[in-house]
Amino acid sequence: MIATSLSVATELFPRGIDHYLIGGLFLGLGIAVIYLGTGILAGNSTFLETTLSYVSDLPRFQRQKYVASRDWRVVFAVSIVAGAAVYEFAFTAGAFVTDVQWWRLLGGGILVGIGTRIGKGCTSGHGVSGIASLSRTSIVNVTLFVGVAVVTALVVSALGVTP
Amino acid sequence: MRSDGRGPLFTLLVVIGGLSHGFGLAYSRMARPEIVLDFLRLEDLGLLFVMGGAALVTGLAIQLGTRVLETAPLTGTRYTGREKGFDRNVVAGGIVFGVGWGLSGVCPGAGYASLGIGNYRILWAVAGMFIGAYAQGLWRVHRYSEAGERSAPGD
Repeated sequence: MIATSLSVATELFPRGIDHYLIGGLFLGLGIAVIYLGTGILAGNSTFLETTLSYVSDLPRFQRQKYVASRDWRVVFAVSIVAGAAVYEFAFTAGAFVTDVQWWRLLGGGILVGIGTRIGKGCTSGHGVSGIASLSRTSIVNVTLFVGVAVVTALVVSALGVTP
Repeated sequence: MRSDGRGPLFTLLVVIGGLSHGFGLAYSRMARPEIVLDFLRLEDLGLLFVMGGAALVTGLAIQLGTRVLETAPLTGTRYTGREKGFDRNVVAGGIVFGVGWGLSGVCPGAGYASLGIGNYRILWAVAGMFIGAYAQGLWRVHRYSEAGERSAPGD
């Protein structure tokens, strides 16, 4: 019985769960700290639009709520880069460079940019803060994007595209 | 401190929060597209613990804020949960985002963090996200101006 559940666990979680869980706690703590100080649930995808407001005159990007938050969102994004660097270079052997092909990164990035902006959030906005708020909108959005992403990744893999 | 609370303390808190958020994205390996793609191919479900652990901590903060505390010290705003209105865009956006995430293994926060772990090739994805966000903005402007023309008098 124990052996069976252990082997199932090994199959579903071949890399264990420790670093996933601990990483998740730090990730959530970052959002929680900002929220408790400011009342703001910081997401990651709005950074795209607010940063475009520095360079684009489109009224869409010049809306007051974007211009008002664009400065701290840049600070947030730069701090995310720095926090990741602290972990990677102080606690692991060093830099990691992906082997995923450039056209997958670019094409996927474009769709992510469109999709998160139409859908009002991303993995942190809907996936963490929205789920934490038990928001119905976020639960629907997350269920959809995880399901569609699983199908997409399986299809891409079945077509023999690696990595 | 300015009246909106956006003073040095506000910035310091955003820096601390961002550092922890990015540290967690790297610690969890979510900043590596390969790990995300393994999850999406159902070969390693560990990412469930990333999102679950993060939502747990953020959820406790929301409970504390909305039930015990009243207003945030640095801004004076009332604590609320994250509730965005539901419409067709939420569905369409989720589907488009899902295809992009499944193709690349990159989402916005993990993309920024990936730069921090030295993954310079992630710039393809970050550039893509800006292109996508800009295209979406252009498309909305275009669509609304067309809608405006249709409802113009005499049309």
